[in-house]
Amino acid sequence: MTSKSKSNWEDTTYSTATNRFAERQEHFKSSSGKELDALYSPEDLSEWNYYNKLGYPGEFPFTRGVQPTMYRGRLWTMRQYAGFADAAESNRRYKFLLEQGQTGLSVAFDLPTQIGFDSDDEEAIGEVGKVGVAISSLADMETLTDGIPLEKITTSMTINATAPILLAFYVAAAKKQSADLSKIGGTIQNDILKEYIARGTYIFPPRPSLRLITDTFSWCKDNLPNWNTISISGYHMREAGCTAAQELSFTFANAIEYVDAAIEIGLKFDDFAPRLAFFWACHSNFLEEVAKFRASRRVWARIATERYKSTNPRSQMLRFHTQTGGATLTAQQPLNNLIRTTLQAMSAVLGGTQSLHTNSYDEALALPTEESVELALRTQQLIGYESGVADVIDPLAGSYYIERLTDQIESETMQYIDRIEEFGGALSGIEQGFQQREIQESAYQLQSQAESKERIVVGVNEFVTEDIETPPILKVDPAVEKSRAEQLKKLRSGRDSKATEDILKRIRNAANSNENMMPLLIKAAEHYVTVGEICRILREEWGEYREVMTL
Amino acid sequence: MASNEQSTSNAPVEIKPIRVLIAKPGLDGHDRGAKVVARALRDSGMEVVYTGIRQTPQMIAEAALQEDVQVIGISILSGAHLGLFPRIVDELNSRGIDDVLLFAGGIIPDEDIPTVEDIGFLGVFGPGTDTRDIIEFVRKNAPSRD
Repeated sequence: MTSKSKSNWEDTTYSTATNRFAERQEHFKSSSGKELDALYSPEDLSEWNYYNKLGYPGEFPFTRGVQPTMYRGRLWTMRQYAGFADAAESNRRYKFLLEQGQTGLSVAFDLPTQIGFDSDDEEAIGEVGKVGVAISSLADMETLTDGIPLEKITTSMTINATAPILLAFYVAAAKKQSADLSKIGGTIQNDILKEYIARGTYIFPPRPSLRLITDTFSWCKDNLPNWNTISISGYHMREAGCTAAQELSFTFANAIEYVDAAIEIGLKFDDFAPRLAFFWACHSNFLEEVAKFRASRRVWARIATERYKSTNPRSQMLRFHTQTGGATLTAQQPLNNLIRTTLQAMSAVLGGTQSLHTNSYDEALALPTEESVELALRTQQLIGYESGVADVIDPLAGSYYIERLTDQIESETMQYIDRIEEFGGALSGIEQGFQQREIQESAYQLQSQAESKERIVVGVNEFVTEDIETPPILKVDPAVEKSRAEQLKKLRSGRDSKATEDILKRIRNAANSNENMMPLLIKAAEHYVTVGEICRILREEWGEYREVMTL
Repeated sequence: MASNEQSTSNAPVEIKPIRVLIAKPGLDGHDRGAKVVARALRDSGMEVVYTGIRQTPQMIAEAALQEDVQVIGISILSGAHLGLFPRIVDELNSRGIDDVLLFAGGIIPDEDIPTVEDIGFLGVFGPGTDTRDIIEFVRKNAPSRD
């Protein structure tokens, strides 16, 4: 027989089969628990309008991609997040990656640098150079970028609470290379709200933190026009356990908070919005993730035009970086992570990412080794050069399922944004613990599903083998901490202490006025004032943020 | 007797709940695991106090003292465990706390586990651990309190 409609098919051919043999699961669900149909057909898109929903690449609402030629023009930027030990060691790793064909830098800073402590601070004991590179002053930034022409590459820096300071170091280093600042490109993460929600490297309370962020928006607009002033990040919230739709909605709610803060100090949306960038995670549900990326572009285009009355298409284009899912990696059977990462990277590419970090297979065990990072980069090159998926723009468009999922994630995202608005916006939600609790709840559900085997994790709760042996892992030399302390001692004794004190006094005054901090921070950088010294002053003036306990 | 046996064999009802501190030392903010474990232990009937992130060894020992816990679970993913764990044990000892059950979770390389055990941690639970294994471990090893 030939069914004439989906429901007709469901009632006849399909139910005959399912009555005879139960399906492998009673329910099939999306990451946010939405029940999936067995298949999708034209009837699921009956109200759907191509021009309204998709349009064409490089045109509103940008669902199909932000560039007119997408990867036919140029592949995405292959940008591996890296950094460990000290600046000299990390500089060697960057040069290795660039030699292997990586096309942009991505700097991982150690936790003391991210939280505003110098390497010789008591708070830094045990943490120096562990999860990233230790950068306390311009001297370290000069070593980090030694022999790398900053006009020619773009650099992404995962730095938040101390972002304006590290940006000041970078600008000062570029000036020392005699680079033209109008040609300097890159990104600072600079997204403090998600630090309060999930990532944890905050220092100051929200108000002064938001002021530092808007200072970077307005300074960069006039002085560093090709710099992405913020990378509004869903990644860490997703890693902390939330669903795909929550990832988008919490991130857009944060974006709205930043935009409103910038408008409040007198900036015009279309002047700074073209430099806003986004950062998504890519987890293992292949098609849902593709749909998520596509939906994110449409949601932002609508927020930009409907909420902020944007008339500049560049403000309406959501450009994003993607990193494959660190939390999906397993310590068991670590080589499986190569395959997980390949699939995730493929969906990021099919979703139209602008840049991509692929995790290394050993990252559930330690920081990656040079060998594992090389494999991760090769994964991207294989996808870009061999798989053919980059040769046609948005190749999955028009799939009934993909389009249906894209719509569904869009509407779920909009609903969640409305819920956060009911709390008074992202910041107010954070202060009441709303986003934190939602994430904790989803994380706990994911754990429970794995323990009940409702969710299979290959090599962990099914297909388990006795672990043979763990691969060799990267160890950061513990001597780094001591040598860093010596470097800093030397730096401090070689400085003009009068100038240092003077600039710190001016920073203290600026903390209590509306003066833009960036010019002062660059001056401080040029006098080799350290991150820790600047943050000590700001901590004294602004106090510190205290975590909202939600458990 | 019979009714007594029934109540203990069905669900493990603790007469006096085990008191647990889940703590995050160091500077890393990865609290997903700590929170999941805290909730799983609480759901199993234990009394759980969670410290929040960025706790110094002093703060953790002080919390253990104030909350009068029998068990301390430490979660860390930054790689600073070998620097921090001995300092936590020292701070506990200096407050006269020497009879608590210590366990650790997070990213702790296999080759560091013997050292971590020597420092005084009886269990190390890495990524992929089933929370039921942790619950069982705590029940079996928590020192009793009168």
